[in-house]
Amino acid sequence: MSVLEIRDLHVTVGEGDDTKEILRGVDLTVRSGETHAIMGPNGSGKSTLAYSIAGHPKYTITGGTVTLDGEDVLAMSVDERARAGLFLAMQYPVEVPGVSVSNFLRTAATAIKGEAPKLRTWVKDVKTEMAGLEMDSAFAERNVNEGFSGGEKKRHEILQMRLLKPGIAILDETDSGLDVDALRVVSEGVNRSREDSDVGVLLITHYTRILKYIKPDFVHVFVAGKIVDEGGPELAAKLEDEGYAAYVKPAEVAQA
Amino acid sequence: MTDQNTSTTDLTTQPATLASELFAPGVGAQAGPPTTPADSTDVAPGAHSHGGPAPTGSPAERFTSTDPDAFGVPTGREETWRFTPMKRIKPLLDGAASSALLGWTTDLPEGVELVRVDAGDPLIKGLPDPVDRLAALTRQNADGADVVRVAKEAQLDRPVTLGLAGTGSDDVVWGQLVVEVGAFAKATVVLDHTGLARYSGGVSVLVGDGAQVTLVSVQDWAPGAVHGGQYDAVVGRDATFKQVVVTLGGDVVRLVSNVQYTGPGGRADLFGVYFSDETQHQEHRLWVDHAVPNCTSNVLYKGALQGEGARSVWIGDVRIRPAATGTETYELNRNLVLTDGARADSVPNLEIETGEIVSAGHASATGRFDDEQLFYLCSRGIDAETARRLVVRGFFADVVQHIGVDELQDRLMATIDARLGALPGLDEQPVEVA
Repeated sequence: MSVLEIRDLHVTVGEGDDTKEILRGVDLTVRSGETHAIMGPNGSGKSTLAYSIAGHPKYTITGGTVTLDGEDVLAMSVDERARAGLFLAMQYPVEVPGVSVSNFLRTAATAIKGEAPKLRTWVKDVKTEMAGLEMDSAFAERNVNEGFSGGEKKRHEILQMRLLKPGIAILDETDSGLDVDALRVVSEGVNRSREDSDVGVLLITHYTRILKYIKPDFVHVFVAGKIVDEGGPELAAKLEDEGYAAYVKPAEVAQA
Repeated sequence: MTDQNTSTTDLTTQPATLASELFAPGVGAQAGPPTTPADSTDVAPGAHSHGGPAPTGSPAERFTSTDPDAFGVPTGREETWRFTPMKRIKPLLDGAASSALLGWTTDLPEGVELVRVDAGDPLIKGLPDPVDRLAALTRQNADGADVVRVAKEAQLDRPVTLGLAGTGSDDVVWGQLVVEVGAFAKATVVLDHTGLARYSGGVSVLVGDGAQVTLVSVQDWAPGAVHGGQYDAVVGRDATFKQVVVTLGGDVVRLVSNVQYTGPGGRADLFGVYFSDETQHQEHRLWVDHAVPNCTSNVLYKGALQGEGARSVWIGDVRIRPAATGTETYELNRNLVLTDGARADSVPNLEIETGEIVSAGHASATGRFDDEQLFYLCSRGIDAETARRLVVRGFFADVVQHIGVDELQDRLMATIDARLGALPGLDEQPVEVA
């Protein structure tokens, strides 16, 4: 049972005169077994929220708290956060030349579990999960994200989520750039984790499309660095019909 | 270059993209352009140069000769010598004849012969000429050549391996090796340099039409070794030449690699990897001369530097002459500066004299660890130090995996792992929330 609690979170990027406040007091609680969708227009700070929780050095926390089961996440290094049970599926995963997917996955699993997984069961697990995500087995010998298509990158992210079994998973625009088939495959992967584990999911998206496959329990509307409306799945339906116009000041619409 | 030419030339230079990978700029790291002022009076039309045209040694006016004195005695101010520590390479440049030899260990598969030819042999006369005084001295003092001959259409069942071990003598060893591969043969030749030596060795690879040749040159010298050499590849029609240069050991290593094509359809891949530690000077100069149509060249050199006085130099010259229509070329140099006090110079230079080419591009980047790569690995629970080792290891493996000889790849990666183990201050660069 995990609880991720975000309280009055304020985050800036840049330094000196270029400092810009992106998050302006975010409050959110994600519990095991729950799926939360965060929806908002481009530039509203959704991804900043994801990367701040994961600990990207680009972002500066200027106020508020983030805790996982009461532990101070903000005091942890990036790798400690992952070992504590947080996982971020990135929108733009980076290439790591010369490091094979299989080596990377095993190194990560060893770090998360605290010991090297038994080779025989590990290889079987990787093969099973790759098959589930309709990934060719040759994929394991390629270098991490190098030359991957958009769809392959997202499958690879969800493959990691399946194998590392996080307590709380943040999916940052996992649906962006996917065709319908890839979206279905990736969504089914996420749903398998929701079924066979107690994972809490924070699903960040611009579009309602992925919510047809991954049904959220809660929907939060994110505008200008904070949550401005909350509800159940019906809120997503409303956004589908009406867009974000009702939440965004005219000036901001023009900007977006 | 005319406007029409411009439209058919796909210049894929991407310094901006690569620059974004760099962090902590200016910490002991330097990438081109070079430090000497460029002479802008003799730019070839259409020249696309980051290095600036050089007073000597630029591809357009490259001087070659078998007579050492034709080059004069370099002072260190010349374009071809300005990066080289002249005092440390002086024992070689003094040019004293000697009969000293390296210790040879050979593994010759069936279909391969190793013979000695004297200086008057027509084979020697037909080799590409030396491009600097040291290479000319080497040709002269080597007094003939050792020739590895692979019969035409031979398909070797394992690599030809020449173990070349320094004996610790102060006498300079002069060597000239010729690798002659017949048409349609397929061969891999490994030169494995170890031990302590002062060695200047020329290597000429003659790749027959349709042949596929891989030359691997490993510089795993003991500390204190000084190694200079000119490597030439003459690539036949529809032939494929791959060179993998791995420079890890020695005090000074300065290798000049040249490629020329004798017929259309040739391909050359030049891979290099180097790891310069405290006070080591590792210099790799490349010159690819596209003078016939429809040939391809691809250059990838990657190096890491650590420690006070670690130094690397990479010069990548590519020339596409007017006749070389249909050329496809790309060169990339990346340097990873692991500590303060190290310096990498990187000078790509591309001269294009015809617009009728497929593509031509180059990129060079020198910097510290890629923070985004480290963040990605750490976000999967991998601690910062392990993540750095993975990144650096991967940085090297990216090139080493092109060798295609498993045992050698494993040995080299083990050597690199051991070197990384000694990496100081790895813990002092944590990736954490600001």
